Amino acid sequence: MTATGIYSPKPGAAPLSRMIAAQAVLETKMLLRNGEQLLLTVIIPTLLLVLFGTVDVVDTGDGEAVDFLAPGILALAVMSTAFTGQAIATGFERRYGVLKRLAASPLPRWGLMTAKTLSVLVTEVLQVTLVTVIALALGWDPQGDPFSVFLLLVLGTAAFSGLGLLMAGTLKAEATLAAANLVFLLLLVGGGVVVPLDRFPEAAQDVLGLLPISALSEGLRDVLQHGAGMPWGNLGILAAWAVAGLAAAGAFFRWE
Amino acid sequence: MRSEPVVQVQALVKRYGAKTAVNGLDLVARQGVTAVLGPNGAGKTTTVETCEGYRRPDSGTVRVLGLDPVRQSARLRPRVGVMLQSGGVYSGARADEMLRHVARLHAHPLDVDALIERLGLGSCGRTAYRRLSGGQQQRLALAMAVVGRPELVFLDEPTAGLDPQARRATWDLIGDLRSDGVSVILTTHYMDEAEQLADDVAVIDDGRVIAQGSPEDLCRGGAENTLRFSGRPGLDVASLLKALPADTTAAETAPGSYRVVGRVDPQLLATVTSWCAQHGVMPDRISVERHTLEDVFLELTGKELRS
Repeated sequence: MTATGIYSPKPGAAPLSRMIAAQAVLETKMLLRNGEQLLLTVIIPTLLLVLFGTVDVVDTGDGEAVDFLAPGILALAVMSTAFTGQAIATGFERRYGVLKRLAASPLPRWGLMTAKTLSVLVTEVLQVTLVTVIALALGWDPQGDPFSVFLLLVLGTAAFSGLGLLMAGTLKAEATLAAANLVFLLLLVGGGVVVPLDRFPEAAQDVLGLLPISALSEGLRDVLQHGAGMPWGNLGILAAWAVAGLAAAGAFFRWE
Repeated sequence: MRSEPVVQVQALVKRYGAKTAVNGLDLVARQGVTAVLGPNGAGKTTTVETCEGYRRPDSGTVRVLGLDPVRQSARLRPRVGVMLQSGGVYSGARADEMLRHVARLHAHPLDVDALIERLGLGSCGRTAYRRLSGGQQQRLALAMAVVGRPELVFLDEPTAGLDPQARRATWDLIGDLRSDGVSVILTTHYMDEAEQLADDVAVIDDGRVIAQGSPEDLCRGGAENTLRFSGRPGLDVASLLKALPADTTAAETAPGSYRVVGRVDPQLLATVTSWCAQHGVMPDRISVERHTLEDVFLELTGKELRS
């Protein structure tokens, strides 16, 4: 065997920004290619919006149904991507050694997490655009300050990401798959997404109102449906979940 | 060429709960190909994964390219390529897509298309990773380990379960890496792999290195080899013995069957045949049984390697 020079060492990490961008692109591609993920993040929210917006299934109170529904569906979209989708995908990446292998690459672990967050945000932009277009077509008349909406979406994403990564980094992949779907379903029903919280007994309302999904859907509704100012209470609840979830994920996340 | 150690492990101890996986292991690997050989459960993967920075030693020190793999991981990672025993790829990713991605994480990667061609991964096409054959998955993992043009690659069981052709392709690539000055640490439980590829073999059993050296040294050291031939019965064995080196024995094991035990090398063979010539003996069925690494391993541990 003679030296060809093809493999002679020339090591080096790519620039950090290029690594993170490449990772974010790959993560997003994997997400958009996965049928179950698309069902969760695109099809279910869209179907619910169209179905409940055109057929009178649930009494959504005074005013147009779509004005009640659109904020709830936006909250659902955030939860489906930042929590359910991210938990399931990350759980299986952990199971199949993807996280482990990437941990040996030049990309630092925090860079991988940054890329995951970017990928979640890109997906959410697509979701929000889609939901907004459909809702507008159904006659949605959004109110309020877009900055309040932006803040709610960002804090909601942080809260759900922390909880999703906590689940993915501590449970087995199959358990994460089951639990993330179950939680998605329970919060869809009990989190003010399509069923108004005031349909539940009063004692239950107080507890349900503290859930991140309720804080997000009710906060968005206060602004977008009722034109309220900055929803500090709901932002506070989301911030508390975000801090607790991300801190717990940081402490307990296992890469293998 | 074989100067500074690329890997230096001293008195490494690693426990998982009550089980001690690595128990005071010392290993020095220099430039070239080093095979870490041992049965399943001997501590090979734990040792390599400690070098890769995945495991923190319970005690002892590990240096890779002079760096601490845990605390100086950021400096070390770009210089080292890693092939895990299994997995490591998004289940929905295509082979070329994943390889291109890993290439993008490096400053001066190899030509991805050429590497795909070289390892026969072109046939994977648009197939998702989870649907690739085991051999294709293995070769992709190997490609991912080398694409960043590292100084040192860790290959954990690189040919386990491969068919002979894929195994050959992997061996050839490892040979080319070596020729181009890339150091390779590979774990294996295949004797022939260690014998064919390695400059240096470290035999591991029960979490310790029990022997280390070149394959030739290991086969020579300690192990006795045997030379047999047939001739007419009643040859003068004492005269034959006089012609042989001091630590050699010779005996007529059955009428007309002779056995010489000692360090069997070309010189010894020549000595025996010329003695036969002098005594007008035609040494029929002359044969040598040289010890393989397998025999060495059996002698060192009392264990069969593949069990």
